[in-house]
Amino acid sequence: MRILVTGITGQLGRIVATMLDAAGHEVIGIDRRPWYGAPKKVQLYQVDIRKRGAEDVFRKHRPEAVVHMATVTHVYTQSDDRYRINLGGTRAVFDHSVEYGVKQVLIIGRHTFYGAAADSPLYHTEEEPPMATASFPELADLVAADLYAGSALWRYPQLDTAVLRICYTLGPSKHGTLATYLDPPRVPTLLGFDPLFQFMHEEDVARAVELALEKKLRGVFNVAGLPPLPLSNIIAQAHRTALPLPEFVFTSMLGRFGLPRLTPGAVAHIKYPVVVDARRFVEATGFAATHSTDDTIEEFRLSRVVVRGG
Amino acid sequence: MNSKAGLIDDVKARVDRLELPFGTSGIDPYGISKKELVRFFTLLGAMYRHYFHVEHHGLHNVPTHGRAMLIGNHSGGVALDAGITIASMFFELEPPRLCHSMVEKFLSRLPFAGMWGSRCGQMVGLPEHAVRLLEDDRLVLVFPEGSHGTEKLYTERHSLVHFGTGFMRLALQTGSPIVPFAFLGGGDAIPTIFNAYKLGRLLGAPYIPFTPWILPIPLPTRLDVIVDEPMIFSGNGSEEDDVIEGYVEQVKSKIASLIEQGRRMRGELPALGAST
Repeated sequence: MRILVTGITGQLGRIVATMLDAAGHEVIGIDRRPWYGAPKKVQLYQVDIRKRGAEDVFRKHRPEAVVHMATVTHVYTQSDDRYRINLGGTRAVFDHSVEYGVKQVLIIGRHTFYGAAADSPLYHTEEEPPMATASFPELADLVAADLYAGSALWRYPQLDTAVLRICYTLGPSKHGTLATYLDPPRVPTLLGFDPLFQFMHEEDVARAVELALEKKLRGVFNVAGLPPLPLSNIIAQAHRTALPLPEFVFTSMLGRFGLPRLTPGAVAHIKYPVVVDARRFVEATGFAATHSTDDTIEEFRLSRVVVRGG
Repeated sequence: MNSKAGLIDDVKARVDRLELPFGTSGIDPYGISKKELVRFFTLLGAMYRHYFHVEHHGLHNVPTHGRAMLIGNHSGGVALDAGITIASMFFELEPPRLCHSMVEKFLSRLPFAGMWGSRCGQMVGLPEHAVRLLEDDRLVLVFPEGSHGTEKLYTERHSLVHFGTGFMRLALQTGSPIVPFAFLGGGDAIPTIFNAYKLGRLLGAPYIPFTPWILPIPLPTRLDVIVDEPMIFSGNGSEEDDVIEGYVEQVKSKIASLIEQGRRMRGELPALGAST
């Protein structure tokens, strides 16, 4: 299959592209950033998804499938640019896909779109509206992109569109929100709160993306493969020390003393759980995680990758 | 000292025999922790066995496997009734069962309370949680009177207030038997004489109960748990309101008769057949 991967230079993009390439697919990549040391057969274009150059890639290669990962997900900065990439970029992907005969579009979203709140149910199902914007306005553009992508199911019925809401990734690349949070030896937590976290090995996440392509999924799917674990257990298993702080101390120290510059909405995510029910995805694809919880944390712990500051 | 060590060993053995899918870290898919269960039931067990005098009747009516909904009355006295019922299911059933109560939402917002509750299987009272737990063949504890039941003052301890109908629809939807029970003595252990609603709102709780000795510290009184045979209703949960209300009324009057039976056993009412 000829597959175009947007945001290919991101950690997950690289893993997915390498896996698809190894599986014999023709992989074409778009990213604003360069990827040194990419597999030889992968054809890279250093362009912005919203610019003319990206459309040229669609026209030239006529991909059969698109994996859209070109979103800015970190919440440390809030900029117009981020909004434009997340919403404008998603729109561009659909416009070009319709124009140039793409058959399948896969949107990579996150399980945190459901939002973390005291009274939200454990195990969110796909029927629930993503509520993250209520407590976490910084996620609004990503939630909007997710819903926009979902609307492509009726807007462009000729396209097989699938929106994947994927749980946290963890693994040797130390990529992602959870890995960044768990990286320092002392992990600040909220005193009196110990939410469940749901995560999966980065290779399993990439395999889930590959399976979604193979099975030509249509619809919205939660993606997870391991039972969730309390944050305190993850911290202990990763040989980190939890540093429980009362909430008012925690929020007033954000951005100082080595604490991340989290927005208040992000604090809800270390206070209350976001856990998804992934049965629909498992039924549709037969997916099962190959890395156990213990393996996943252990590989993260033993990794020598240095995480860049957020 | 011996009895304390004995209690911990007993609790550990019983936690091991709980039929829950614990993972390698001793955590089940709902985040229930074996370690926290041992702590929780050791504390609860000390109260259950050594502080209160708990009498239980008809516990054999609780199914040892499969989904079921325990439906009972609040007897006043904060949530003592829930705690003792959970302890009865854990200490008296063979194999022991973990009873999942549906916790007031405000508790999950409080530091520690929500965390401890969810590590011990006491989840926020959402219909989604009840359905999921029942579909996983667990034992769910519901007090259809809700917080209006825990608000009961001492003089109202044997009364029943309005029963919500949500539990019946969930039972029908999931095909779960309803196991009715009565709880007596909560109001005697913690006789509430006054509920401070405004103070409660300030502290983020629905109300703060006051006893003659101010704090809701329980007296070591007699408590009764009386369980009757499972009631099975047919339907799928989408029935008309009057049908559901009829079913709920049957459960409510069953519980009222169990309360009366309990008051006779406690000697608060003359025994049946005794001359008046």
